[in-house]
Amino acid sequence: MARLGIAGGMIVALAVPYLIRSDFWLGFLITVLLFAAMGMAWNVLGGYAGQFSFGHAAFFGTGAYASAILHIGFGLNPWLGLAAAAVAGGLVGLVIGTLSFRYGLRGSYFALITLAFAEVLRILANTAEFTGGGVGLYVPLKVGVANLQFESKLGYYYVALGFTVLSLGVGWALERSRLGARLMAIRENEDAARALGVDTFMCKLQAIVISGALTGLGGAFYTQYYLYIDPGIAYGPGVSVEILLVPIIGGLGTVFGPLLGSAVLHGAGELARRLVGDAPGLSLIFYGALLVIMVRFLPEGLMGLVWRLSRRRERAANA
Amino acid sequence: MTAQRLLDIRGLRAGYDGVAVLHGVDLHVDAGEIVTLLGSNGAGKSTLNNNVSGLFRPYDGAVYFEGEDITGASSTHIVARGLVQVPEGRRIFPNLTVRENLDLGSYRRARQHRASNLERVTAIFPRLGERMTQIAGTLSGGEQQMLAIGRGLMAEPRLLILDEPSLGLSPLLVEEMFALIRRLHVEGLALLLVEQNVVQSLELAQRGYVLENGRIVLSGQATELCEDPALRRAYLGV
Ligand SMILES: Nc1ncnc2c1ncn2[C@@H]1O[C@H](COP(=O)(O)OP(=O)(O)OP(=O)(O)O)[C@@H](O)[C@H]1O
Ligand SMILES: [Mg+2]
Repeated sequence: MARLGIAGGMIVALAVPYLIRSDFWLGFLITVLLFAAMGMAWNVLGGYAGQFSFGHAAFFGTGAYASAILHIGFGLNPWLGLAAAAVAGGLVGLVIGTLSFRYGLRGSYFALITLAFAEVLRILANTAEFTGGGVGLYVPLKVGVANLQFESKLGYYYVALGFTVLSLGVGWALERSRLGARLMAIRENEDAARALGVDTFMCKLQAIVISGALTGLGGAFYTQYYLYIDPGIAYGPGVSVEILLVPIIGGLGTVFGPLLGSAVLHGAGELARRLVGDAPGLSLIFYGALLVIMVRFLPEGLMGLVWRLSRRRERAANA
Repeated sequence: MTAQRLLDIRGLRAGYDGVAVLHGVDLHVDAGEIVTLLGSNGAGKSTLNNNVSGLFRPYDGAVYFEGEDITGASSTHIVARGLVQVPEGRRIFPNLTVRENLDLGSYRRARQHRASNLERVTAIFPRLGERMTQIAGTLSGGEQQMLAIGRGLMAEPRLLILDEPSLGLSPLLVEEMFALIRRLHVEGLALLLVEQNVVQSLELAQRGYVLENGRIVLSGQATELCEDPALRRAYLGV
């Protein structure tokens, strides 16, 4: 049943660009997919392992800059740039993870450390020469599939779709793996996990590296899609908040939560923009309000709601 | 031929943030024994456990397990060697199912025997067998304690440390819990039983230690300890 649903969903996802044929809506779907994939990356660390990061921009930005700099400065092919960005994001994860987990930072302390890392990187990117400083970097326009630049949004859509499938696939595999079980044990009760002999440091480190690598990949996609990156976009708190909202809205520690969350978040965002216009800072207020509402009324996210409703229906059917 | 020495703690000093709680503790457990560690609240019993099982690093002294020096080793290594602790206060994973909790007990050790160990645990704790898919946080207090012990058993321990297994259980359930512990012992498991329940623990154990303010103030055969006037005065009020 679930498998049938997934296969059906895949077919729809593949066919959708031929059905809607609107550049605006295709762009909207690309954003939804990109943030679904990065939301799942956050979910690996935050949802499954229970380590909430407020600074995923550190990975996103590093991936974005890595692919841009390697392409502009060293002529690296952008497809390989995706891989390089994943490596770069994973390395940043390794550094942040080693420092914070080695010293036993948990909960809000860990969240603050990630936030601080993203901010430091933003300031560095603003001043450094090779990042183009505050001006940012432009990726030269050279349309061609080999160059990961597409004439229409169609190409980007399929790359984003591939990214989302990869990311959700990682989540799916994680749920069935020993690492996933250990991460959930850490989330539930870290001390008890240690008493069972779980190497909590190594497990959390693996989680943050996977999470950082996938988010870095998202950053590289962003660079190729907009062909421009600057410190505020790359390392700003906006990206961090957007990435963490996606799984919190959709459902922490679930495979399809991030996809659902991203669709709802960006759908609601679009609606809000149409209703009240695009004033600066408005989106952050909107995100804040959404976060409060979710945590207050739906702590298990939309997937939790889906669960509860389907169970109620089952019970009604059995009665 | 003396019995095989499983756990040997010598001159253990430990504490938190530089402040010592344990001031030189000597304690040992031999194969096939139940040894009980008694002491009032805050005596340092859990501190001893946590330092023996690698959750904290002792300041001084040594811990040997089956002859190997495990002082300051990681909990990962210590569990892999077969020294398993069931921490105080039912530290289960509340949002995972009973089955998932049990599986997690065998990730570091005895993974190949998971199926047979699962059978064994459900034979010992039939209540768990009936509730495999239940979310662990919804178990009753006694069932949660059973789950914590069952999870420890999944690793096929050579020595099992139970930190206050009777904490917060009704008198009837305490009886049941002690009967289960006796059964584990009859099946050949060595146990270090940390308890405040003096009478029942000494009935069960062969030997006992009394910890006060971080020092062992009394130790010996359980039958002798039962008769000790100082112990009777301090813990039984007679
Ligand atoms: N994580 C910790 N950080 C600082 N001090 C601690 C910590 N854990 C325990 N202590 C202190 O160490 C002392 C001994 O505590 P411990 O938990 O070992 O006592 P206990 O004998 O197990 O008591 P109980 O029977 O109540 O469980 C207490 O004074 C306690 O406040
Ligand atoms: Mg204690």
